[in-house]
Amino acid sequence: MIVAYFGSLAILLLSAFWEKDAFTGRVEPFVWSLDAFDDLITNTVYRTIALRTIAIAVLVTLTDALLAFPIAYYMARVASPRMRGVLTVAILMPLWAAYLVKVYAWRTILQGNGFIEWMLEPFGASAPGLGQILNSWLVLSYLWLPYMILPIYAGLERIPGSLLEASSDLGARSGTTFRRVVVPLVFPSLVAGSIFTFSLTLGDYITPDLVSDAKFIGNVIYDNSSLGNVPLAAAYSLLPIVIMIGYLLVARRLGAFESL
Amino acid sequence: MGDREGNKSMRHLRIPVVIVTLGLLVAACGTTAGPSASGITEIGEGEGELNLVIWAGYAERGDIDPAFDWVTPFEEETGCEVNTTDMTDSNNGVSLMQSGEYDGISASGDATSRLIASGLVAPINTDVFENYGNVFDGLKDLPHNTVDGVNYGVPHGRGPNLLAWNTEEVTDAPTSWDIIWEQGADYAGDISIYDSSIFIADAALHLMNSQPDLGITNPYQLTQEQFDAAVALLEELNTNNPLYWGTFSDQVSSYGAGDVVVGTTWQFQVNLLQGEEAPIEATLPDEGSTGWSDTWMMAAEAAHPNCMLMWMDHMMSSEANGQATVWFGEAPTSQEACDYAETLSPGHCELTHATDEAYYDRIWYWSTPQEDCADDDDGTTCVTQDDWVQAWTTLRGA
Repeated sequence: MIVAYFGSLAILLLSAFWEKDAFTGRVEPFVWSLDAFDDLITNTVYRTIALRTIAIAVLVTLTDALLAFPIAYYMARVASPRMRGVLTVAILMPLWAAYLVKVYAWRTILQGNGFIEWMLEPFGASAPGLGQILNSWLVLSYLWLPYMILPIYAGLERIPGSLLEASSDLGARSGTTFRRVVVPLVFPSLVAGSIFTFSLTLGDYITPDLVSDAKFIGNVIYDNSSLGNVPLAAAYSLLPIVIMIGYLLVARRLGAFESL
Repeated sequence: MGDREGNKSMRHLRIPVVIVTLGLLVAACGTTAGPSASGITEIGEGEGELNLVIWAGYAERGDIDPAFDWVTPFEEETGCEVNTTDMTDSNNGVSLMQSGEYDGISASGDATSRLIASGLVAPINTDVFENYGNVFDGLKDLPHNTVDGVNYGVPHGRGPNLLAWNTEEVTDAPTSWDIIWEQGADYAGDISIYDSSIFIADAALHLMNSQPDLGITNPYQLTQEQFDAAVALLEELNTNNPLYWGTFSDQVSSYGAGDVVVGTTWQFQVNLLQGEEAPIEATLPDEGSTGWSDTWMMAAEAAHPNCMLMWMDHMMSSEANGQATVWFGEAPTSQEACDYAETLSPGHCELTHATDEAYYDRIWYWSTPQEDCADDDDGTTCVTQDDWVQAWTTLRGA
């Protein structure tokens, strides 16, 4: 099992250094070459795509954090037990539906003759269509929202009520308590949630392909492997791996793993 | 993955090596293709299975329309169970064949030469086929299916890439690709473009007419200057925010939803859309078009060679070829298939100009960009296939 897993990963990474015939497109295993890296560096499009992917991943993470916090706070601190049960089910429910079903549902919402067009029509506007990069941001934010809510909810629930009472007994207003007690205590959970939203967005290629026309890192990897340019795909896949290793190291320092 | 592939190719190596060596010997001696070209003089017992890489719609079993089923009769007759994988474009098809898991492919001209050059496909002795004699002479022994007198496959059908439009949005029926290249701004956001590096040739074809000074004589073999001009034209097109289609179903859903109103397509999608009563028409523009002439080829390491050869023969039969070419909307490969096609769709042969070579003179069949420009002139160099793919990635990624 370990051999199969790490062995295939090792071959994937090694193949980044293999040579490819320009005409037949045949990859020559164990014929070493840095052509793939040369292509990645000289062609600026790969930088554009990487920056686009990272930017969307950051945007999705921020959006989900902003949306998830009030929901999680309401669930953990305000809602009655009955309401909390209802909300928990409501948040978990979308996770039971298949990923593709949800993305195709969004596709029909966004495309011409879809829900958005039907809403906009009375105002004389038409749907933005499937060519917009912001579609990816919208749909990915929707898809990964539960992964942000659940850790924050768990983090908020772990804060003992006595701490909040102590804070107000010492004269802090609710705003101050929130800023100086709640946020620092729940921050590791937020970082934990961001690991999911950031890494899942960074690695996604199906949603960007289905709801927008803009390429992500994953699309380039997929396209090149399906076109037979495995070395380039492998070389490019090193980038998200490196980014995620860095992200996880920072997340560990911020205590995210203790709060999972 | 690597290990598994290694074992597999070891296992299948011996016979193909003999076949390929024989093929090369024949080619080297410059003799015409005799029975020894493939080492096979008759088709043996079927192996019970057949794995194909196909263009969508090339192997129907009546799932969409029960009247179009040429796979089931084949399976019943030969006992070869057919499994298919759709390719999205020729680059993808070549890559799938490299996996070594398939017995054959319905390759277009931009894949065939690469498959032959890399030894992925086997020479074919056409004498083993019952139906080869019926095939139009105009489709035999062409550069995309024959190298040095050795045949590497049998024809399936041919047709042009068409200009399609939504008749409700584009009321004057267009007769030129100018609607995309020159008036594209009028249809910004509504243009449908094939998502493959081979589409660069469509830009080059337009330049042949709009900028004769560039001296483009073949839209697939471009010098760096000509290539740059074609890419610049595509970048211009990109500013009109076209929607790229990778699979036929993508395009059908975009036209169906009204997201696109004009663009490049295959007759296949037009048939499907018209079947749904979508207001879509298509035409071959006056200046001609790119197109394809497809060839069934057998993998050099085919695990089920007899089934593959039987399939090739089957696909040249009047029933199978007639059905398949009507279904996809392309030209049948023999008069017999034409006659059969007429019973399914009257006027099909005239519509697809099956016997009209002058019509096909206006069509540039997909072929592979080659460094030597695919000509005898040593002085010219052209942009390679790899650079086409690179340029397409750049164009699509930006």
